[in-house]
Amino acid sequence: MSELPGDLQYTSDHEWLRREEDGNVTVGITDHAQSALGDLVYVELPEVNQEVENGGDMAVVESVKAASDVYAPIGGTVVAVNDALSDDPEAINNDPYGEGWIVKLEPSGDEGELLSPDAYQALLDDIDS
Amino acid sequence: MPFIPHTDDDTREMLESIGAKSIDDLFDEIPAELKIDSLDGIPDAMSEMEITRLMRERAAMDGAPLCFIGAGAYEHHIPQAVWDIATRGEYYSAYTPYQAEASQGTLQTIYEYQSMITELTGLEVSNASLYDGASGLAEAALMAVRSNRKAKSRQVLLTPGVNPTYAKVANAIAGSQGLTFDYLPMDTSTGNLKPGALDDNADPVAVVIQQPTFLGTLEDVDRITDWAHARGAFVIAIANPTSLAVLRAPGHWGEQGADIACGEGQPLGVPVSSGGPYFGYMTCKEKHVRQMPGRIIGRTIDLEGKPGFTLTLQAREQHIRRSKATSNICTNQGLMVTAATIYMSLLGSDGLAAVARHSAGNTARLVAGLTSIDGIERLFDGPAFHEVALKFDRPVVPVLEALAAKDILGGYDLGADFPDLGDALLVCATETKTEADIDVYVEAMREVFA
Repeated sequence: MSELPGDLQYTSDHEWLRREEDGNVTVGITDHAQSALGDLVYVELPEVNQEVENGGDMAVVESVKAASDVYAPIGGTVVAVNDALSDDPEAINNDPYGEGWIVKLEPSGDEGELLSPDAYQALLDDIDS
Repeated sequence: MPFIPHTDDDTREMLESIGAKSIDDLFDEIPAELKIDSLDGIPDAMSEMEITRLMRERAAMDGAPLCFIGAGAYEHHIPQAVWDIATRGEYYSAYTPYQAEASQGTLQTIYEYQSMITELTGLEVSNASLYDGASGLAEAALMAVRSNRKAKSRQVLLTPGVNPTYAKVANAIAGSQGLTFDYLPMDTSTGNLKPGALDDNADPVAVVIQQPTFLGTLEDVDRITDWAHARGAFVIAIANPTSLAVLRAPGHWGEQGADIACGEGQPLGVPVSSGGPYFGYMTCKEKHVRQMPGRIIGRTIDLEGKPGFTLTLQAREQHIRRSKATSNICTNQGLMVTAATIYMSLLGSDGLAAVARHSAGNTARLVAGLTSIDGIERLFDGPAFHEVALKFDRPVVPVLEALAAKDILGGYDLGADFPDLGDALLVCATETKTEADIDVYVEAMREVFA
């Protein structure tokens, strides 16, 4: 059973996002995603000021067995990246919703449907069954 | 580990179980108009007996001339042990190992190769090799674009000494992916970069510096490296590995060193032959390793704490990363690299330096002899490694034909690639040439010019 904070929104690609008070959103991958990938060894981060489209490639997370794209859950401009992941990619394994955040975006308004915690949980239940 | 092909029964069984009638059925989705039955200009298959005879006849046409051509491929003495060992059954495969970890000996050989080539180039990591030097440049340029993420430019600048064939191959491979390859201007009096050519407004993603240059001269690599880094560009070095035994390694060029080095590995124990097989080497700074194409062998420990070798960083390769892999290169020139590793082991760093010094000395002797002839002078005055461009007072082709009639391959005609240099010939005398060989060439040339 993976952990699922109630104050976040999710995508079917297993990213989460948190809407911050300053209007920006913080993005990471879910506990389920990190667990499926296994021990992460590398995170390729975007450049600050880079613009990303809703659903476009934003980052790459690499474990010993796979490398996966992290897609932008909404469109926007990258305002911050979690540089600490360069030295400590396992922060995503250890604390996916906290220290393991990947990118902060300034939303451009290019947004699609996001999943509520319950909807995402239903998706996970579907995968498990 | 043997490779066991399918028998006809295997094939039939597999087709039956998926409900296909024939192998051709599997390609049904390819429209008929895209399929071809034969290839233009490719003759029908020949029997083994026929092809052996044809190849013998063709090989005999080569004869055994005295060869003074370099221009990217170099005749060096290859100790007998190199190919005796490389062709042993345990080593004899052209391929990168499949079921890699079961082939510890092969992996260790490649690991030793990587260690040697990083030492030669002064960089931190090496891959298990690429197809050849020219395609290595294309891969290095694509790698620079992936790795130099701050750069928006797709322009790759080449120093004038970059092998023209490499530029053509790189453009053929990477040109369709949006990269442009542009030569910086040459000073035709030195053969090197034209003074003032380093424009402060240039914005390349990478600068390629070949040392020694294709024309045999030595370029001011430190200044160009620093200029490139000040523009935010990567520096890609192309270096003849033999020369690295005596010249400064790319990893130590300028303030920060080259970011990537690549080149032709043939001089390290692989005989010159028309069309190869050769191998390309590639090394880089460790921070760029994830964008490096090809296989990489790592050293690790197993569950019992014993040292072992493994394919590493495979997650960036195409069998895992699919269409987003860093490169389509997923093999290496296994057999050539095995030969190169044995060659380097047998010679050691002192031996390789001796090869480099003897080659440079022989070329200097040859050039002194040839330029004593009226009508031949050096094209450039500066220092050279083991290759020198000469200027003739007459067309080059008839001279080369007259020498060939005396069983001498006199050098590489620069006319086609460098029309601005006039009647010019590139000559090279490696350690394989004796003083007597050089005298034979000089006297033959004297007769041709008389």
